[in-house]
Amino acid sequence: MILDAKIPAGPLDQKWTSYKNHAKIINPSNKRKFKILIVGTGLAGASAAATLGEQGFQVECFCYQDSPRRAHSIAAQGGINAAKNYQNDGDSVYRLFYDTIKGGDFRAREANVHRLAEVSAAIIDQCVAQGVPFAREYGGLLANRSFGGAQVSRTFYARGQTGQQLLLGAYQEMSAQIAAGTVKMFPRTEMLDLVLVDGHAKGIVVRDMVTGEIRSHAGDAVLLCTGGYGNVFYLSTNATGCNVTATYRAHKRGALFANPCYTQIHPTCIPVSGDYQSKLTLMSESLRNDGRVWVPKRREDCGKAPHEIPEDARDYFLERKYPSYGNLAPRDISSRSAKEACDDGRGVGPGGLGVYLDFAEAIGRLGQKVVEERYGNLFEMYGNITGENAYQRPMRIYPAVHYTMGGLWVDYNLMSNVPGLHVLGEANFSDHGANRLGASALMQGLADGYFVIPYTIGTYLSAHFGKKKPEVTDAPFRDAEKAVRDRTQRLLAVKGSRSVDSFHRELGLIIWNQCGMARSQSGLEEALDRIPKLREEFWTNVNVLGKGETFNQSLEKAGRVSDFLEFGELMCRDALARNESCGGHFRTEYQTPEGEALRDDENYSYVAAWKYEGENAAPTCVKEPLVYEHVEQSTRSYK
Amino acid sequence: MNFTLRIWRQDGPSVEGRFEEYPALNIPEDASFLEMLDIVNEGLLGKGVEPVNFDHDCREGICGTCSLTINGVPHGPDRGTTCQLYMRKFQDRDVITIEPFRAAPFPVLRDLAVNRSAFDRIIQSGGFVGERSGSAPDANSVPIPKTIADVAMDAAACIGCGACAAACPNSSAMLFVSAKIGHLGLLPQGKPEKNRRVLKMVRTMDNEGFGNCSNYYACEAVCPAGIPAAFIARMNREYTLASAMETVGAPL
Repeated sequence: MILDAKIPAGPLDQKWTSYKNHAKIINPSNKRKFKILIVGTGLAGASAAATLGEQGFQVECFCYQDSPRRAHSIAAQGGINAAKNYQNDGDSVYRLFYDTIKGGDFRAREANVHRLAEVSAAIIDQCVAQGVPFAREYGGLLANRSFGGAQVSRTFYARGQTGQQLLLGAYQEMSAQIAAGTVKMFPRTEMLDLVLVDGHAKGIVVRDMVTGEIRSHAGDAVLLCTGGYGNVFYLSTNATGCNVTATYRAHKRGALFANPCYTQIHPTCIPVSGDYQSKLTLMSESLRNDGRVWVPKRREDCGKAPHEIPEDARDYFLERKYPSYGNLAPRDISSRSAKEACDDGRGVGPGGLGVYLDFAEAIGRLGQKVVEERYGNLFEMYGNITGENAYQRPMRIYPAVHYTMGGLWVDYNLMSNVPGLHVLGEANFSDHGANRLGASALMQGLADGYFVIPYTIGTYLSAHFGKKKPEVTDAPFRDAEKAVRDRTQRLLAVKGSRSVDSFHRELGLIIWNQCGMARSQSGLEEALDRIPKLREEFWTNVNVLGKGETFNQSLEKAGRVSDFLEFGELMCRDALARNESCGGHFRTEYQTPEGEALRDDENYSYVAAWKYEGENAAPTCVKEPLVYEHVEQSTRSYK
Repeated sequence: MNFTLRIWRQDGPSVEGRFEEYPALNIPEDASFLEMLDIVNEGLLGKGVEPVNFDHDCREGICGTCSLTINGVPHGPDRGTTCQLYMRKFQDRDVITIEPFRAAPFPVLRDLAVNRSAFDRIIQSGGFVGERSGSAPDANSVPIPKTIADVAMDAAACIGCGACAAACPNSSAMLFVSAKIGHLGLLPQGKPEKNRRVLKMVRTMDNEGFGNCSNYYACEAVCPAGIPAAFIARMNREYTLASAMETVGAPL
């Protein structure tokens, strides 16, 4: 199998323009003859539904939440990048492109990233026109802040709730289309399989989470906008409902899963406090603009109250190790540094798994009022969860799983190797390489939905004009529905003695320990030995009560965890096969004498796209070589 | 910590519900309210009792999914979402009553989960700026004073959880509706559709079965996003003006 990314010819900065100039356009009166199924209503899904609906396509949109407004994009705090250069500080499309490629440790596709940087400015225009209340200066113009991995101020924000405001903007535009009748919304509806007709994605099988009804929807193309798979770790900053089911079931139907081992550990989360914990709470990375990260220099100081530790006994390790970026070093590097400090026995708080994020200097410099204005809601959240006042004593933070750069393989059109199946936002693999920079996820989700898919969907659909439409009564739909029903019955029939959560927790711990911030051959091999055994136990000993034909949250969870139990193995395989360190993938065997990631461009400058080969067969890896024509694959340095 | 829970159980939308009593034992004080329910559910599962269904998702106070009435108060003591409530706020051996959000337009689906689609339909009736993707002018072409943008943001912070309607003796959704009307009506981008928006949204709210505001301020007291009830006054003013214009046939 050869993967063709279908990257347009021509100079890098002309590719997207020339693509648009020559893309196939479907005339307005024909658009309504096509039905597009969109799964997920986060930034990517909602913006795609709104835009495609506006253009006149028939859209059917699905989400597992009770309202499309609750998709997890809503929780993004810090901001959204755009190459507006409103600060006159030297930003440009090229610089945003380069920062993103470099931030991704030279493991992303040049052409996709450049397109992302190009459309970034239009996203801000679009959102402001929708009424997104971005932060402003007193003069009335938009304000910006700095973010990790960049030396310019290009991040737009709405207090600590940027994701919420951007999502509500897209949700509102989609609501307008629902009212207009172009978009039909199905909340509390979960996709459980992809339906292929003659090799093309032509439908999905869903479960109505209120009635338990299993049914099919047919369309001319399917867009998966279902987010990432961070919950394979059990504890993550994702919402508890986030899952890999849609993309994994598509993978089992033939879609290639690319770079599953690229996961991002966010450096600034509230540390774990006990084994009852159900999720980890992120504190926006923007806090690192004004907060200084430190641990005691001496292990014996760790038990002391922070104010009792004098300045010269503190190790501001990011400032020490990376003087030019300091506390704004990218996420992977900051996370690993915190882990190293804790592994060295200098962590603070319960279990020694925490480092300080100190605002004393910022409060002295700016006054508490300004700090409150910038981060007030985050301080409040921290106080509520930990019972501590961060204006008076430094926050304790520790890295947590936050984002997954891997996802279904897509070409330049955002179409997977399965014709008709398009993948947008975090669910695809395309733009962030091995590590994502802060404030770039929101940018990608909206870029894909508002400005990319509306142009690229025509390339696929135009070839299908006038062809026979699939019907939900056709055999492929019936077969897929039967498979879904059988799986549901199988879950209910086990009647074992262990809860779904206990399996999920155990899986999460294996993945966190062996495929988390640091990975090794022996650890990954151990995980690959344990996960299949755990999966086997799941199918013989899980206890799911209730029925399939009712509202049943235990059943929903069981289905998702059963997919994580397969997916976790794929992730470890990918991590084991990549004998190098890059971005969020840190293999302990491959590091420089100073402990930095050691990339191997000669042998691993490729996208690893995995092909499902059947239940008990090892997946095979299809490689898409990454060709860098415009940037040099340098060693990533933030010193 | 140990508690006695009185939990509302209801097998489906058209079945009568009832309270069941369950013990919650050995709960860490740092556990959140929802984590306490997770622990109780694990225990129920072990006894062969179907776990209690309740809505939750982000568990960080922003998605607006969680929707429990705790001891009669939507989201319980303190002004935050249910997921941001921690057990240290309770006393050991407390008896805690847990119900779904109660409002006629929010029918119970099962146990503690309710259907809040009425809120989505209110937004669909006018809670947006009718603007096409790709047709926007440069973002800095219309300056908006920081003071105005800040008030718009105060309103836009609404998480759409429905606690306002659940707390109101009239099941009024006016805090929710006025937050969207205030957010969009304050900004230059939202002004062209201001009059039509307020008329449509208020009428949809009425049709969905939400009551009127009679100044109890219970909504404001429970709102996790801190939306001030002053937005209701703002909406009433906009509504009065728009309906007067409509009556005399002025262009809206």
